[in-house]
Amino acid sequence: MSGIGTAGGAAAGSAVPADAAEPLPHYVSPRPFDPYAAERLTPAQERFYSASQWRMVWWKLRRHRLAVLSGTVLLIMYVSILFCEFLAPYGADTRNVDFIYAPPQAVHIFYDGRLVWPYVEGYDYRLDMNRLERIYTPDPKKRETIRFFCHGDRYRFWGLLRGDVHLFCPARGGQLFLLGTDRLGRDMLSRIIYGARISLTVGLLGVAISFTLAVLIGGIAGYYGGWTDILIQRLIEIVQSFPHLPLWMALSAILPVSWSPLLVYFGITLILGLIEWTHLARAVRSKLLALREEDFCTAAVLMGARPARIIGRHLLPSFASHLIASVTLMIPGMILGETALSFLGLGLRPPMTSWGVLLNEAQNINVVALYPWLMLPVVPVIITILAFNFLGDGLRDAADPYH
Amino acid sequence: MIRYVVHRLLVMIPTLIAISIVVFTIINLPPGNYFTTYIAELQASGQKADLVRIHFLEQQYGFDLPLWQQYLRWVGGLLHGDMGYSFLYNEPVSQVVGDRLLLTFIVSFTTIVFTYLVAFPIGLYSATHQYSWADHALTLLGFLGLAIPNFLLALVLLYLANVYLGISIGGLMDPHYLDRPWSWAKAASVLAHLWVPVIVIGLGGTAAMIRRLRANLLDELQKQYVVTARAKGLSPVRVLFKYPLRMALNPFISDIGSLLPQVISGTVIVSVVMSLPTTGPMLLDALRSQDMYLAGSFLMFLAFMTVIGVLISDLALAALDPRIRLQAGRRR
Repeated sequence: MSGIGTAGGAAAGSAVPADAAEPLPHYVSPRPFDPYAAERLTPAQERFYSASQWRMVWWKLRRHRLAVLSGTVLLIMYVSILFCEFLAPYGADTRNVDFIYAPPQAVHIFYDGRLVWPYVEGYDYRLDMNRLERIYTPDPKKRETIRFFCHGDRYRFWGLLRGDVHLFCPARGGQLFLLGTDRLGRDMLSRIIYGARISLTVGLLGVAISFTLAVLIGGIAGYYGGWTDILIQRLIEIVQSFPHLPLWMALSAILPVSWSPLLVYFGITLILGLIEWTHLARAVRSKLLALREEDFCTAAVLMGARPARIIGRHLLPSFASHLIASVTLMIPGMILGETALSFLGLGLRPPMTSWGVLLNEAQNINVVALYPWLMLPVVPVIITILAFNFLGDGLRDAADPYH
Repeated sequence: MIRYVVHRLLVMIPTLIAISIVVFTIINLPPGNYFTTYIAELQASGQKADLVRIHFLEQQYGFDLPLWQQYLRWVGGLLHGDMGYSFLYNEPVSQVVGDRLLLTFIVSFTTIVFTYLVAFPIGLYSATHQYSWADHALTLLGFLGLAIPNFLLALVLLYLANVYLGISIGGLMDPHYLDRPWSWAKAASVLAHLWVPVIVIGLGGTAAMIRRLRANLLDELQKQYVVTARAKGLSPVRVLFKYPLRMALNPFISDIGSLLPQVISGTVIVSVVMSLPTTGPMLLDALRSQDMYLAGSFLMFLAFMTVIGVLISDLALAALDPRIRLQAGRRR
């Protein structure tokens, strides 16, 4: 409302003539007088004033270009994990025994100076008997055109539907290792695509656990205050005073070796979630402490609402947008945590493929020197973490009504 | 001030007790103990275990007692500086651990000093030159520091340091100093090797610190007293240093509470990659083989270090900021 008030004031100010020496002629507008003209809103203004909180957050977020871009990238990544069997040119465990530690192949689109269908140059393989080094040299004469929407390795889509259609695959009898192969001749690109399925969901599941814990514990502390609050505050301090990684290591070392990979996966997400909730719980608590003094809360109490209803129905929605922003900023920590644990060999184990498991192969300094492409799974890790950070920052700014 | 210090010290005691309970629970969670694993391993390879000796050891270390008595023995031992017995190495833990705790402390401490030294000028510059290209570049660099997993950075930096600077790979000193007593030459060698892990571990924390200092200082610079000071004709440097910087420094010190666990986590994983003689690789081994006393004392040491660090930062903060010590006195 203050915006309109100042606008009116400014208009009145400019109506005063600059030089008062020559008075303006008397003038009365013949149009009918509408006393509410100043208060009537244009349709655009009306939309703005009656917009719900979420709509306003969305409008603000849309202006944050980096956040929108990051959100799009994340959306694409999360959608792509639904179809990784289709997107990956090879199966995650397909071994190409003739191409062990093959370096990445470059895609060419020009041949003889003409634009052609994308192709790669086939490898000539030679074993250097002096250094026992595998040497792959691209042979310009072997033109292996990439096929699209083609039949390749068989797979079971999500373990259910049989299929063999891929987005792109190597030429018949040829190879296509855009990111090289590992020590068993498995295609890195395919493994990275499959790894996304685990790595990206570990963060989400872990955050879901943390989020529940944080809202529950922080909610109780913030709403009841007093002794409960003090006790919970101490608990949070204790959990926070543990360095996360050693604690994660200790907890994941507990997971029985006999567990199936799927159980280990859920175990790891649980462990990640059990430790990361403290910051969010603190945020929830301090917000609740401030909000429960508000009038609408007193009104609800007077009307006889129970605590669970007040917390859930009145208090949480008033800072839900803030919560979402914090949650977005929590996910990257979990993804990094899983990567670190798997890298150390304490997290997920090889039949499962996550980016951390892939990086486990790059544990050795020899890899940096000889097969640097084995470190490539770090690229999607970096992209994901940056994207979550940018999106979270954007969301936080958008959710802040005073910003 | 004294009241605050006493209060802060008293609060630490229940925290430490709770931490020791958690650590003890964790190391006792896996089914069986080191001996059951050990006997099973021997039997699997067709050897006979020396059951009499094992039984003696089990009794000696109280594995037949109820858990709460085991816990009391363990904590009682810790208070006397007796960290128990490492079955993996067949030596008392304090022997096995040796220099490692000291080196962990040195690495962590240096990293924090590094973080402050780097983050302070950069944060200051970024805030005073907001939206300049240098600010954007530094912000980008900071984000990259947050996003790159430090273990991988450690590998790459290690490789580069070896190829271009000829620093020996792995370890905190040149190999020939390994079993020598401490000397100046050895200390110099440690310093020459220290910078790689310090940069790698410190990068994430430094990036976070720069962002926080920049944000705080920007908030502070927009306040009215700064405008007043500038309008009075104070020199820009004085305007900056007299109040806004001091205000923005508060979180700088209190952040050590979140920085320290991060640094210690970083030390653990980076030291595994770089095979530093710190607690990391040994903790990993101990966890894998269920050597519970060894793992327990490492965890306890790391948590203890964090608690002490937070204590120091709280005290420093109280010494710097009168609001904090007065508030604490009033509330209790």
